[in-house]
Amino acid sequence: MSLTREQIENIAHLARLELQPHEVPVYQESLSRILDLVGELDRADTASVAPMAHPLPGLSQRLRADAITEQDHHELYQQNAPQVAAGLYLVPKVIE
Amino acid sequence: MSNGIHRKTLAQLAAGLRAKEFSSAELTRLYLDRIEASQPALNAFISVTRDQAMAAAEAADRDLAAARGGRLAGVPIAHKDIFCTAGVKTTCGSRMLDNFVSPYDATLVAKLKAAGVVMLGKANMDEFAMGSSNETSFYGPVRNPWNTDLVPGGSSGGSAAAVAARLAPAATATDTGGSIRQPAALCGVTGLKPTYGRVSRYGMIAFASSLDQGGIITATAEDAALILREMAGFDANDSTSVDTPVPDYAASLDAPLAGLKIGLLKEFFDKGLDPENERRIREALATYEKLGASLREVSLPNLPLSVPAYYVVAPAECSSNLARFDGVRFGHRCKDPRDLLDLYKRSRGEGFGAEVKRRIMTGTYVLSAGYYDAYYLKAQKVRQLITTDFTRAFGEVDVLMGPTTPTTAFAIGAKTSDPITMYLNDIYTIGANLAGLPAMSIPCGFVQGLPVGLQLVGPHFSEAKLLNVAHLYQRETEWHSRVPERYA
Repeated sequence: MSLTREQIENIAHLARLELQPHEVPVYQESLSRILDLVGELDRADTASVAPMAHPLPGLSQRLRADAITEQDHHELYQQNAPQVAAGLYLVPKVIE
Repeated sequence: MSNGIHRKTLAQLAAGLRAKEFSSAELTRLYLDRIEASQPALNAFISVTRDQAMAAAEAADRDLAAARGGRLAGVPIAHKDIFCTAGVKTTCGSRMLDNFVSPYDATLVAKLKAAGVVMLGKANMDEFAMGSSNETSFYGPVRNPWNTDLVPGGSSGGSAAAVAARLAPAATATDTGGSIRQPAALCGVTGLKPTYGRVSRYGMIAFASSLDQGGIITATAEDAALILREMAGFDANDSTSVDTPVPDYAASLDAPLAGLKIGLLKEFFDKGLDPENERRIREALATYEKLGASLREVSLPNLPLSVPAYYVVAPAECSSNLARFDGVRFGHRCKDPRDLLDLYKRSRGEGFGAEVKRRIMTGTYVLSAGYYDAYYLKAQKVRQLITTDFTRAFGEVDVLMGPTTPTTAFAIGAKTSDPITMYLNDIYTIGANLAGLPAMSIPCGFVQGLPVGLQLVGPHFSEAKLLNVAHLYQRETEWHSRVPERYA
């Protein structure tokens, strides 16, 4: 399977990754080869197999009561934020 | 402090601390000095937390003097830099998190702290645990203590190199496709990947959530048992944590192996396995026969599809997990973004390294509109086939054995240009992750001066049996106590 330059650029856009022009052919080649590798899955007959939902048989996602269990730590957490004002995260203007 | 203390096992160190043969402050200083002396050659650490370590050691000494404290009071260990540590930089080996100081402790870190361990520092690793050679770290490659031209394996390469060079008696690690077992094998140490859900993933930076599992790298199986019994257990903060009792892994280490049924994984003794490595594995199996175990060949016909299934499931989950790194709430932000889209794209493009971007894009592609059934759904069906193969095998045998890796450690730079060759390094380890099974790698000899690892895989929640099986081998052999000459 061979991916085009446009496909790589589209995937990078969907993944919100800016690529340098020289990176595009590198990913074109390696992603194409990875898709060849995973193409081996077609060899398996899975017509009557249910997809695995959880690594441990019989277990599913646990639910908890819809109750408040956390305290407000926003000041502590925002110490790691690149830009904050008045307790809010700042980003470039979105709405004109 | 007297020579040779660093050659003691973690079990011996814990006992020595209790018996007041040495203090935690002395022990901690000894390991910190060894780490700092080794950094230019090995680069096994991203951060060395000397001040916090000495303060913790002195607190442990006060506990020990008053006969208080946890079962591992005063024992120094290293944490893989994937585990969040409150007030300490937690990078996951990435430029993206180069400025991230975690506001909280991972559950595993908190549990070990409660048991009394002293953190020496944060071990180097492949960026976001994506790699098998520790060459994708933003902080530079880790080197193998047995030969510094070679890789230590990955992604827990810093943890494995640290234990191999006795820079720490133990180091925490994580395993998504072999990241504990493969570096343990290439560095000649003991690595344990527990059952999926046995150890909480809370505060362990996520790569592929249905595969990730925290574990430990140590010199011996006994040491692994002492650590696992502290860090295992239910955690309400991890929705896939399993609520089953934690047995005393140390209590059953000496149970005799007479009657143990060992299955040889036929698919692992393939043409890719180096013949000299195979010889070491066969010798280890002969030792098990001497201990009263019986061997039989077992075939898992779908196992060869592990690598292709993994390279759909893991990148798909990675692309979803790593969407959180957006340059807004924490982590790297680009300079002077034009608009929000530019902020996202450049922050991510600059913050992530080449392999992480490759995995994110692979995952984005296989999950994109129109491809879900062909890739992710198909891979999850194949994953079920592989799991069923394992279940069938465990109806016949108690433990599966085979090599951990096809070869001994390879040269730095040898596989960086071809990701597929690198991916195939994990061909023997990925199966256990896909099926959520516990597995170990233990040292079983050398080929041209480089360590070889024997892999053990057991049924879900059979860690006590695996540790017992590994411990009895280590009572018969001394491969696990070999240390590279320069660090002896």
